[in-house]
This record gives sequence, C-alpha cells and structure tokens, in this order.
Amino acid sequence: MNGGESTSSPVIRVEDVTRTLAGEVPVTLVEQVNLEIERGEFVCVMGPSGSGKSSLLYLLGLLDVPTRGRIWIDGQDTTALDDDQLTDFRLARLGYVFQFHFLLAEFSALDNVSLPIRKLGRLSDQAAHERAAQMLDRLGLEGQHHKRPSQLSGGQRQRVAIARALANDPLVILADEPTGNLDSASSANVRDILRNLTHELNKTVVAVTHDSSFASAADRRIGIVDGRIDLSWRPG
Amino acid sequence: MAIALDVALAHLTSRKRQTLVSLTGVVLGVAFFLAVSSLMRGSEKDFIKRLVDNSPHITVYDEVRQGREQPAQLRWPDAVVTVHNVKPLIETRGIRGWSQRLALIEAMPGLRAAPVLAGTAVLTFAGRQQGVTLSGAVPEKMKQVTTIEEKMVVGSLDALAANPNGVIVGQGLVDKFSLHLGSTLTVLDAVGTSRALRVVGIFRTGNAAYDEAQAFVLLKRAQALLGRENRVNRVIIQLDDPYAAQSAAQTIEAATGYKSVSWIEASEDILSLLLVRNIIMYSVVSAILVVAAFGIYNTISTIVMEKTRDIAIMKSMGFHARDLRRIFLLEGLIVGLLGSGLGLLLGMALMEVLARVEIRPPGVTEVVHLPVWWGAEQYALAAMFAMLSCLAASYLPARRAGRVHPVDILRGAA
Repeated sequence: MNGGESTSSPVIRVEDVTRTLAGEVPVTLVEQVNLEIERGEFVCVMGPSGSGKSSLLYLLGLLDVPTRGRIWIDGQDTTALDDDQLTDFRLARLGYVFQFHFLLAEFSALDNVSLPIRKLGRLSDQAAHERAAQMLDRLGLEGQHHKRPSQLSGGQRQRVAIARALANDPLVILADEPTGNLDSASSANVRDILRNLTHELNKTVVAVTHDSSFASAADRRIGIVDGRIDLSWRPG
Repeated sequence: MAIALDVALAHLTSRKRQTLVSLTGVVLGVAFFLAVSSLMRGSEKDFIKRLVDNSPHITVYDEVRQGREQPAQLRWPDAVVTVHNVKPLIETRGIRGWSQRLALIEAMPGLRAAPVLAGTAVLTFAGRQQGVTLSGAVPEKMKQVTTIEEKMVVGSLDALAANPNGVIVGQGLVDKFSLHLGSTLTVLDAVGTSRALRVVGIFRTGNAAYDEAQAFVLLKRAQALLGRENRVNRVIIQLDDPYAAQSAAQTIEAATGYKSVSWIEASEDILSLLLVRNIIMYSVVSAILVVAAFGIYNTISTIVMEKTRDIAIMKSMGFHARDLRRIFLLEGLIVGLLGSGLGLLLGMALMEVLARVEIRPPGVTEVVHLPVWWGAEQYALAAMFAMLSCLAASYLPARRAGRVHPVDILRGAA
C-alpha cells in the first residue's frame, strides 16, 4: 500500500517493509509498508494502540531493522548498512523526540544538548556548547541552560529534548508521542515548534501521535492498523 | 573519550555513597595488601640476609657428586665380562692439591675463598668435656669469608696467627666451662692424643648450638691435631653477589672437580618454604581485593540497571556499543585508580607504623623492629592487582550496557 504521493526525490522511501519478531509464535509488527516522505514534510502516523505506529517509527529511525523490504533515507539504502554505519547515520542525519524526555538526569540542559554534537566531533567542545546554547535559545529556553532536567517543567524538558534532536542539524526528526506527557499548552507549543521546523528549516518531521489536535498541524496523516497502512483510517 | 569520562564521572558522583563504599573497599584492599606484603617480604629478606651473612655462599667439599668410574669401565665400556663388587681405592679424605685448586678459585672474579679443615674433637677443662667441631682456618682469609670477626666478644682471629696454640671458642662453651681469655683447654683428637690450647678469643653468634660446639684453631694446628697433614676438607667462598651463588658453584665444581654447594642449594627446602609462604600470603591479601571487586561490580551493575534508559537513548542518538562499554569500564578504572592511589598512601602509612613497632622477643635483650620491606615492586603489584580487579568487575556490566537494544527499552518505556 502506498501511503503518500510519489515524487522524484523523497527523503524517506519505504519499500515493502515487514518487521516480524521471531519466536514460537512469530509476531508481525509492521507488514508490507510502502511509503514516501518528502523533504520539509510534516507527517503524522496515527492509529489505534498496538497498531504498529511506534514500530514503524523505530524502523524509519533505524533503531530497528526490517525483516523484509528496504528503507532509503536521503537516497541511501539503509538496509545495506552494518550496525556501526547505522549508528553513525543516526548520529549525523536523524533526531529523536520521545514521549518521555529521556534527558540524562546528571547533566544540565546545555550538556544534554551538546552531547550529540560532541559525539559527532565536527565542532570543538566550546563550539558544541555555543551551538547547544543557540538551540536552547531558539526553543525559548534562555536562562535555563544550566538547569538539570529535574529543575525544568515537563514542557521545558521536552523542548530540551527537541533541541537535542536538532543538535546535529538532522534531515529528519522522528517523534514518538512527543506531546503524550504534556498539558495542552505545552502540547500546542511543541506542536508549533515541530511545525515551524518544517517551514523555517526545511526539516522533515515524522511523528507518531494519538493527539488529533497535534495531528491537525501535519501536512499529511498516515493511518496504520494491524501493522499495515490504512488510508481509510480516521481517528475516532 | 572526553564524553565517556564526563558520563562516567556523572554516574559515579550521582551515587556518592555507593561509590564511596566501593572506593573504600579498594583503598583498604590495597593498603592491607601492601602492609602484609611488606611484612612478609621484609621477614623473608631478613631471613635470607641472615642465611647469606652467616653461612658461606659456596662451600667446596672434599666429595664428588658422582662416584668415580672404575678405570676398567672407562677403558672397555662394551666389555663382555663385568667384574662385580669392585670398591674404590681407599684414600685419605680431603681436597687433593688444595692450594692449587684454591688458587684456581681465587683467580675467578668477584669472590673470596678460604681453606678450612673441619673435624670433630673433644675439649676438656676442669674435668668437663664437650665435643666440638674444630675448624682449622687461615685467619686473614677466614676474615674475608665469614662474619665471625664481627661476632668476636673478646680477642680476634688474628690472635690465632700470633699464637699457634690458640683456640677461639664460643660464648656457650665459655659459660659452660667458666672459661675466660687465657684459660688453657685440653683438646683430644680422634686417635686419643691430647694437646693444650689457650683461649685467645671468644665469639657469640646468638646460635646456642654453634656457640657451644664450634672452635677455631690455626689450619696447621688442626691438620696436626686431626692427623691430616697438608689437607683441607673444605673451601668456603664468599661472593660479591650472593644471588649468583648457584651458577658460580657450578663453575667452581666444573673447575675443581669437587662438590660445590651454594647457599641456595643448601637452603633449598627453606627457600621453597618461603615461596609457598609467599603464595599463601598473596592469595590471602588478594582475596581482600577480590571482595572489594565485588563491591565495584555491584555498584556498576546497579548503575547499568538504573541507567538502562539512558543507555538506550544514547545508543539511539548515535553512541556505539563500544562507547557505552567504555563509559562503564572507565567507571571501574576511575574507582581502581583512585582506590589504588589512596590505598598506596594508606598502605605506606601503615608500613611506617609497623616499622616503628618495637618487639622484645623472650630471652633477647635487644629491641627488635618488625622487618618492613619498602621495595617498589610490591606497590606496582598491589596497584596492578587492584586495577585488574576493578576492570574485571566493571567488564560484565559494561558488556551488558553495550548489548542494550534501544528498541526493547523504548518500547517498554512508552
């Protein structure tokens, strides 16, 4: 099934991807998914609980590998990459935002954001910190740089997590229920930030959500049911 | 590496109490390792020093290791007829041509040698008798190879040269016979002839049996008394490097043809005992560090369990499994380095205290200090063992961290 219109140079192309967990009773998480997502597009993946939304996101984020099929990101066939190459690819080209902020509790907001920049190693530690500070400022976290996650509100933590996802200037931001743990004001704020990323920075955002108001900001909504893309699915 | 160090330090400092307990385990382990090792090695060194100082480094005996082969066997090795019950020629005991052989030995570098004729005799004084080992020596050579001159309470070895009928006896015999310098003893040789000898010196080694049953006379006098003219039955040798005794003894034996026994060979059983004692000691003190390592394992394991989500997120961000392993190995390394450093300092302080402990063994008037050895190798050994324990303790949790699959954790957390 094709969940989107085909264009000449999609940033993500998924071809006949299936992910099955081996075991006495094999479990199919995602089945025969075909999908293309353009650069600068804001796509929301929606569906009932257990439908395979997060599994698809992990496959798109190269955190998991398909049992069958291929995934191209920025023209690169990622199924041909080994584990080390996939890790390097994630570091340089992908950014993640999760439902829970998953910030390192012992580190300040600034250190959390500078961590992937330092890991990439293209900038000196000082330059990495400067860039991290810019990212935090851009997301409205001026004056919060040296606070630890425990000293920030839920919305602020999620913005730090978004800043961390943007740290290495990735092509694609993958967000798994980014507003699932936030109040409505913070949710709207995070939604607007992600929306603006596509407009201002031409980033591609793929978000899994249950939140229909969040999904309303997306360029495209993809329904997924029982691991398969279902174009007819509408939130109930 | 800088990131790994930052994260490792953050983990350790965020669990201050547990880190401190692990660190204390390593510090105490290293300190006790060092203190016990320094005492055991100190007593070993002290014992060997006494052994080396108080006995010849090499003794050449008037014996051969392998009995001489019969001339007929040498001449006709494949003979059809064998003559049974052939006995060696009876000859006077002693080293043949000893002065030439002594010259041969003395020509070797790094050693001093002295000829000795030792035999048994009976000393009598005021109706009392004592069997002794009578050693005939050349005083100027004897002084170079033994410490007997340092043990003289009264007189000196040189007095023997000045008085051919002089005898030097031990403090034990002096006490037993109520002797004093100038007393005249009678010596009875093996065939029953007697001769009067004047006490010209008294020594005290602290070894009661030796001090009671050893006497020194001039070599010529011993040869006459023991009926073995122009003979010596031992050459005792002192080396500049006592630890070269084994190979030097082999060289001397090859050159002289007589059995040459180094102090190492003579004390083989004692040295084996010391080796076994060291193995036991190191096993026991190492056990302390192994126990400390379990503390580290526990701390790092707990951190890995608690930080599984952080590990997953770092992996999803683009950290390799090896980066994660490095973080937890670094945590073990940091505890090991700090623990070793502080443990060495505490150990040295303990050694300093032990070295000042004064002991008065029963029956000994002088104060004895605990023999503490300050050799560098034990510091290296303690630190190395501590580091290895810490790294081994952190290896398993580190490997577990490297194997964390982000999706499994993220799926569970969602």
